[in-house]
Amino acid sequence: MQTITVSDAVSQALAEEMRRDPRVLMFGEGVATKRQDLLAEFGPTRVRNTPLAEAIVAGTAAGAAAMGLRPVVDLLFAPFLSLSMDAIINSAGKLRYLSGGQFKFPMVVLTMTGAGWGVGSQHNHNLEAMFVHAPGLKVVMPSNAADFKGLMKAAIRDDNPVLFFMDLALAHAPGPVPIAADGHETLVPLGRAAVARAGRDLTLVSYAKTVGHCLQAAQALAEEGISAEVIDLRSLKPLDEATVLASVRRTGRLIVVHEANRLCGVGAEIAALASEKAWSALRAPVLRLTGPDAPAAASWPLEQAGVPQPDAIRDAARRLLGAETGAAMSA
Amino acid sequence: MIPDRSSELASAAGMRLSMLDNMMLIRAYEERLASLATPTQPGTCTSVGQEAAAVGAVLALQTRDRILTNHRSAGHLLARGADPGRLMAEVMGRSDGYCKGKSGSLHVSAAELGVVLTSTIVGGELSLAPGVALAQKMGQQEPGGITAVFFGDGAACEGIFHESVNLAVTWQLPLLYVCENNQWQAFVRRDETMPMAHVADWVRGHGIAAQTVDGNDVEAVHAAASTAVAAIRASGRPQFLELSTYRQRGHFEPDDQAYVDADELAAWKQRDPIALMRRRLLDEGVATPGELAHLEQRVDAVISAALAFAQASPWPEMRELGTDVYA
Repeated sequence: MQTITVSDAVSQALAEEMRRDPRVLMFGEGVATKRQDLLAEFGPTRVRNTPLAEAIVAGTAAGAAAMGLRPVVDLLFAPFLSLSMDAIINSAGKLRYLSGGQFKFPMVVLTMTGAGWGVGSQHNHNLEAMFVHAPGLKVVMPSNAADFKGLMKAAIRDDNPVLFFMDLALAHAPGPVPIAADGHETLVPLGRAAVARAGRDLTLVSYAKTVGHCLQAAQALAEEGISAEVIDLRSLKPLDEATVLASVRRTGRLIVVHEANRLCGVGAEIAALASEKAWSALRAPVLRLTGPDAPAAASWPLEQAGVPQPDAIRDAARRLLGAETGAAMSA
Repeated sequence: MIPDRSSELASAAGMRLSMLDNMMLIRAYEERLASLATPTQPGTCTSVGQEAAAVGAVLALQTRDRILTNHRSAGHLLARGADPGRLMAEVMGRSDGYCKGKSGSLHVSAAELGVVLTSTIVGGELSLAPGVALAQKMGQQEPGGITAVFFGDGAACEGIFHESVNLAVTWQLPLLYVCENNQWQAFVRRDETMPMAHVADWVRGHGIAAQTVDGNDVEAVHAAASTAVAAIRASGRPQFLELSTYRQRGHFEPDDQAYVDADELAAWKQRDPIALMRRRLLDEGVATPGELAHLEQRVDAVISAALAFAQASPWPEMRELGTDVYA
């Protein structure tokens, strides 16, 4: 085991996969400039700077992927994805289907988002649900260094386009990461959630930085005698329904927590899942704690106010448990 | 597979007849499909009037080369050797189509023909083409191959066109841009959307070798495309070829073309690429009127058989609704 930052975990994954498979290449604005170690080891053919032109970066990745390469592209900040949506959604996501399965698109789109840097809503917009809604794509959004590494490796080996969202507040967060040489399995399969903390009384489902907030809330609740289970989705598509449902069926209470705004967000999907498939187990309405339906603010206190914080999660859990008898509730 | 036409094309006369034959096949194919379209069952986007562009350029390519095309793709596919029956089956959504009926008319790809990644998003093909050429350059496809991407003046007005050309020039990709300037961008005249008549005048600013040729003269197109392809193979750098032509039918079928200037359309029909080539081959004694009549009958029979094949082809099984979404 080693303790490294999320950013270094991603770099390790990239280097290991490029070493393993000569078809893997990486390009994007500043990739060759910022990733000198990859450039030195793999050369300018496989580690490339690009023009600041997100549409052609993503399109080139899709074209190259269909012809047998396995590109990883860095599109920097998630709002920039809006400039590359044609290539990602219409081409990489659909042309396998439209061609009757003639092509596949093994590519990874790396992008950052989330509160933490005060960069405002054109650099911070948690728009992952838009891509979850698009067929043919996979979407991951990890919460810790080990998962960043393991999911990046799995995403590169996957034969489908994977959107890899990095919560930028986590970039410098250190965490334990298995070392492959020790014989540990460092891959984290796509589509499998993790139980970040086991509990009996309610289930907190989250992903990315708010997993940490849920864990803090769970710790505070434990001190009050409330046992909260925390599930880290890790992958948003495919969605690990089984892990979520197993937990909800045991606890009977569910709060979904994410930084992205509420309407048609991942939380809505999880709530619908619980109501469709675990209705008889539910002992209280499903709650969602999310960011507001407003662009992310640049000002630090406003930016932080847009993120579900540990205290708010704890309070919501208390309310949910206090509502056993059907008393009026407000989230 | 791509049919072996080397013996047919070996002689100059054989090549010229084959060009005419290909253009006639495309015309017959598209006009037959257009005749089947109704307002409630709209049909294909045809390339009627642009056959010389497709045939001249595609016949300049080799088996190892790759093609990307767009919503007006029948010419490129048929010139490459696509089976008209399977193509028509695809357009009609039948299981024997090149894409199992999942494409319909708009996104037909045929990997076995090297026609990869058709996008019907105008400019989508331009966004994908550099990646295909990059894979060729990095040895993922057959050695020495180049990519040809077909698009129109409408796509040239998309921002992605300029991003694509800039990347191909900067990364030195083996990519032939073939712009069929057909004077129409869906329902808008090209001269309403661009300050000049030729896309080539725009694109030279990107540092790419560009030329404009008469897109209705199949032999001029073939000569220019052959020169450009040879230059790409020798230099590894992209080239740009603009083919001036005219969309004789509507944006898609059926279309009464009430928005089209009748005199302009008539003038371009006077320069119809198939009529031009027929006249030339007759004048130069390469073919007799009887031979051309025979060619016409043969093409007509091929299209009738293709239609019969397509109509007899079963619909896709319902399980196909959810297959091929993920690899």
